[in-house]
Parts: sequence; structure tokens; C-alpha cells
Amino acid sequence: MKFKKLAIESMEDLCFGTAPSPVTTRRGLIIGGGKVYPELNFTLPPMHINDDTFPDIKNQYREIVRAALQRGLELYSEGIVFEFETLIEMTKNPSYGVDIVKVMNEECENYFVKHGLKSEIRLTPNDLREFERPPKQRTSGYLDTMLELFEEGAKAGGDLLSIESTGGKEIFDDALMHCNIREIAFALNVLGVRDMQMLWEKIAGIADKQGKIAGGDTACGFGNTAMVLAEKKYIPKIFAAVVRIMTVSRTIVAIEQGAKGPDKDCGYEGAFLKAITGTPISMEGKTAACAHLSPLGNIAGACADLWSNESVQNIKLLADMAPTVYFEQLTYDTRLFNQAVSSGKSDILKLQKYMVESDMYLDPQAFILAPENVIKISAEIVKGSNHLDAAIKGALKGISLIEDAVSEGRLKSSEMEDAYIPVLKDELSSIPVSEDEFIAEMDSIIDKTKYIKEEYGL
Amino acid sequence: MEELLKQIAHCVEFGKINQASPYPPDLKGKDGADELTKKALDQGATAEEILTNALIVGMGKVGVKFRENKVFVPQVLMSAKAMSAAMAHLKPLFASGAAKRKGTFIIGTVQGDLHDIGKNLVSMMVEGNGYEVIDLGVDVNADTFLTEAEKYPHAVIGLSALLTTTMVNMENIVNALKEKNPETKVCIGGAPVTQDFCNKINADLYSPDPQGLVEYLDKLAS
Repeated sequence: MKFKKLAIESMEDLCFGTAPSPVTTRRGLIIGGGKVYPELNFTLPPMHINDDTFPDIKNQYREIVRAALQRGLELYSEGIVFEFETLIEMTKNPSYGVDIVKVMNEECENYFVKHGLKSEIRLTPNDLREFERPPKQRTSGYLDTMLELFEEGAKAGGDLLSIESTGGKEIFDDALMHCNIREIAFALNVLGVRDMQMLWEKIAGIADKQGKIAGGDTACGFGNTAMVLAEKKYIPKIFAAVVRIMTVSRTIVAIEQGAKGPDKDCGYEGAFLKAITGTPISMEGKTAACAHLSPLGNIAGACADLWSNESVQNIKLLADMAPTVYFEQLTYDTRLFNQAVSSGKSDILKLQKYMVESDMYLDPQAFILAPENVIKISAEIVKGSNHLDAAIKGALKGISLIEDAVSEGRLKSSEMEDAYIPVLKDELSSIPVSEDEFIAEMDSIIDKTKYIKEEYGL
Repeated sequence: MEELLKQIAHCVEFGKINQASPYPPDLKGKDGADELTKKALDQGATAEEILTNALIVGMGKVGVKFRENKVFVPQVLMSAKAMSAAMAHLKPLFASGAAKRKGTFIIGTVQGDLHDIGKNLVSMMVEGNGYEVIDLGVDVNADTFLTEAEKYPHAVIGLSALLTTTMVNMENIVNALKEKNPETKVCIGGAPVTQDFCNKINADLYSPDPQGLVEYLDKLAS
């Protein structure tokens, strides 16, 4: 772990809108510089993606961006980030992805030149390497394709480069369904870390070369999968909360390798990253219910610098097309954030208090995101001698905080949930601090047909 | 024999795989589904008897608990593992034709889609309820489904998708399967999938959860 101390040491300083290391974009948005901006995300309605449909697809993306910018003008918006998270075909055929970035960027530039409305594009190619089972994280031809889209997409107007990388997911998914925390630690904090070290060195290199900003990663495929399964009551919420904490020392690798932020919206571990590294973050909560349910609707905003809707299909709602509707909702949310910011620190803390206290005692996943707990857990994470140790230290601290809150009757729980607390503590405490020792142990257990250790440099 | 079958059912319900399994604590050191199934066969029980009166009973009980949110998936998976340990003794008998499974279920995530947690959960629940499951994995095209459907002509097919842009591939697969054999039953599921979509593409079942699918399969098998 590169980070040995916290960038933000006090919960009062872990607030929305301001980060110790703000990021200034090409058209002048200062993310983390005193304002929260909306980050609009969208996807296509059910349809095929091929040469025949591509003109329509390109037009849909243009119209989504244009309509949001137009509504932005009408709502006196101060800035917008559009996330273009590519669909599989758009990454497999980088020219599709690049063409879409171009049309989006044309609209952004048009509204900037004509009206002074600042906007930027976060380009997020999807991780294609999953297509091969077991994945070839380092030697797959898909890696070159993804990097081509990063490079050409950046040239075409993608200013913030991000990815939802999937290293270790081939081990993680089964481990999650079995609530096997040892295998989860191996997937996230050994495999995931090594994959991100390789991948983010390349992404940060492309960003530097093209004069763009390496944004950040997200453990969405890990932490949010756990959250969604917990929402369905498939796994305990306490377990999902612990998994979330363990994603921190994985996602932080992007920043260790040169990412500057904003971290990606669907990574709720962003709150911890902000406390540890000082980089700005994007978060999503109640206004992302269009994409997935969560117990984090209000508290997710507590220290957001961008506020996102995660994803919405481009379909017609009563008011307008769904992305325009969600842009308006995000805009009103961010107006409220920014009104508090302009009223001063005490109002920021007051609004944050309501966001935090309305969620934190109803679910352990919300509880760990309360700024006071983010700081306490982050302080343990930075004590870790390596990424694995950092994850275990953070997770044990989180469990201890949850256990105290449950036993004092502050945090809602159940016998079924509580039964996992001692099991998790025992399991986590028995994981060796030495990565070499842990890797040797897991190498003898993990099914070799599921992953290729050489693809992680092991 | 009845007592022995009850013990096997209990082991499956509580995920007691074999003597070495630490869970559940009250059965620590005692025989699990593995040893007890072997014992039942040695004492003359048939594979079908053990499957029907012990394994499916145990899985049924844990399935009800799961539906009522009284256990989490890991407990169901432990039960499935206990059942698999027992099935290892029974499979040779089923393979030789000396006994029969409830049916065959072929499942895969459709072409262009890599999401498989939901599919895996469905596979596990269906297998745990006494069906043979052929899991084709992820990114599966119509030809692969057709090939497998030809190998298992009475199998029910399950299609999974998580993306709006891949769920549309379900339609091609349903059309191909129905064109080849109009009697083939095709079930669909996944986050963006709806009953309306199921009706539109002429699939036979949409279920938002694995339990609904198992009920449908049981209805077809009965």
C-alpha cells in the first residue's frame, strides 16, 4: 500500500463537493473544488448493435446528450459529466465506441462554445477479458482492443478514463455465493490488486500521453454484486458490508498507479478512497434506483463530488426520455448539495447529517459509509503492510463497529445476520498477513480450471 | 430403512456433507449424506428411493426455508453439496438406466452476455431438486443450444441475460429452438426480462426467481 496516512483525518472534513486534490477538466469543471455536479449515465433500450442499427444508436447517444445539455441550460446547470460506459459490441469494435464519443463530444463542445455550459465525457470501456474462461488477464487480445478504445476514445473527446475492471471475478463470484471470505480476499486483494496494477499503469499512461485524466476504477462487479444479492436476501447484509470494505484496498490501486479521480460512481468504496487519498469521487444513491435498488439512497451522497444515476434505459417516460428525466433529478439533487455548500460549513454538515442519519442505522452497508466510520475504518486500512493486510484490518474494524452498534441496539439486524459476525471475525483473523503464505495456501485450494495464476503475475 | 432415509434428508437439509464436515455443529463427527447414502444402498435401498424419499425431501425443506427468507444461499449450497455427495453414489445407477432423474434442464447465458451468478444459482436450485442440469456457460449462441437440445430432446431449456442489449438475443434462440421442435419448452430470466418480453418472444416461462422455475419444471414432470 502506497498510502500510509489519511488525506482527510476528521469526519467533519469528509464532505460532499470538496476534495483535498480536486480535478480540473478540459472545459473547466473543477471536480471536488466546491461544487457537486451531476454525472448522467444511460444505456440503450433492448436492441441489437450491428452495422445496420449503428446509425440509429449513434443518433440516440447524440440526442441523449443534446437533450440533457438543453435541459441543463434551462435549469441553469453549472456543469455536467456524461458517462459513456460502452456496451460489449462497442468495445469489441472500438470504432463504434470512438464514433459515439465523437458525436457526444460534438454536442458538449457545441453547448460550451455557444452557451458556456461546461461538460465532459467519462469514457468507460467494459472489461472484455471476461469473455474468455478462464480469463487471460495479461495475454488476451481483448486487452489490446480495450486499450485501443481508451487511446482512440480519449483522442475523440473522452476526457476522464475509467473502467470497471474484473480481475479476480472468476474466483469471486462462486466465493460470494458460498460466503467464503478467504476466497473473496484472494480474489479481491491478491488477484484484483495485481490485475489493477498491470491495467492501471497502462490506462494512466494513455491518459498522460493524450493529456487526459485517469479517473478511477470501481469494484462494482464485486461489492455491488454482494449488495444486490443481500437486497434479495441471498446473502447476509453484514457479509456484503464486509465485502465492500475489502474492495477499498483493491480499487485504491488505480490511484496508486496514477489515477487522479473522480473515482467511478458505482464504487461505493469511493468514500474510503476520498478519505485515504484525497481524490474526488462520484457516487450514486436514491437517483440510481432506476438501475438497482440499494439501502444507501441518502448516505451515498455524504461525501460525493459527482452525483450519478448509474444507468437508465433510453425509453420514453411521461415527462420526457428517461435520461433527460434523470438528468433533471440529478440537477435538483446537486442544487441542494450546492446550496448547502454556498451557505457554509455548518449547513454542509447539517445536510450531511440528515443524509447520514436517515440511512446509517437501518443497514450495516449504510452504517459503514457514515463519515465517522469511513474515517475509523480507513485509519485501519492504511496501517496494512500490504493490500491483503489492509483489507483484513479494515474488515475487522468494520465488523467491530457493526458488532458494537448491534449490541447497543443502534443498528437494525437479525439473528440470522448476527450469526455471521463471529464466523467472519474468526475467518478473517486466520488469514495470514504474509501474502506469499496466503497465496501458497490458496493455490492448493482454488480450482485451477477457474483461473490462470500466471495471468496475474503469480 | 425409513429412519435411515430420514437421516439422509436431515443431512441434506442442514448441509452435512460427510463425517468430516464441521457443520452443523450438533452433527459434528457423525456420518453425513455421503456415508449414510452408501449405507442405505448397502442395505438394499434403490437409487430412486433415496433420491425421492431422502435427497429431494431434504432439498425441498431447505428450499422452503430459503423462499421464506429463513436461510441464505450459502446454506442452500451446503445442502446442494450434501446432495451431490449422496448423488456420487447414485449416479452410476442412473447412468446404467437402473434409476431415473426427474428430467433434464439445459441452461446458459445468451450470446454476448457474461453474467452468470443468476444462472449458477438457478442451476444449483434445479439440480438440487432432482434434475440433471447441463450448464452451457456464458455467451452461448443458438447453435449450441440447438445441438444440446438435439442430444436431450425432452430437456427444458433455460436462457439467462442481464443486459438490455443481450436479452434481445433470447428471441433468436427461442425461434431456433421452436422451429426445430415446437414442443421444446424454453424458460427465460434475468434482471431486464419481463413477462411481456416472454410473451413477445414466445417463450414458455418467465420467472423472477429460481423457485418459480422449479415449480414449473415439477409441474411438467408430474
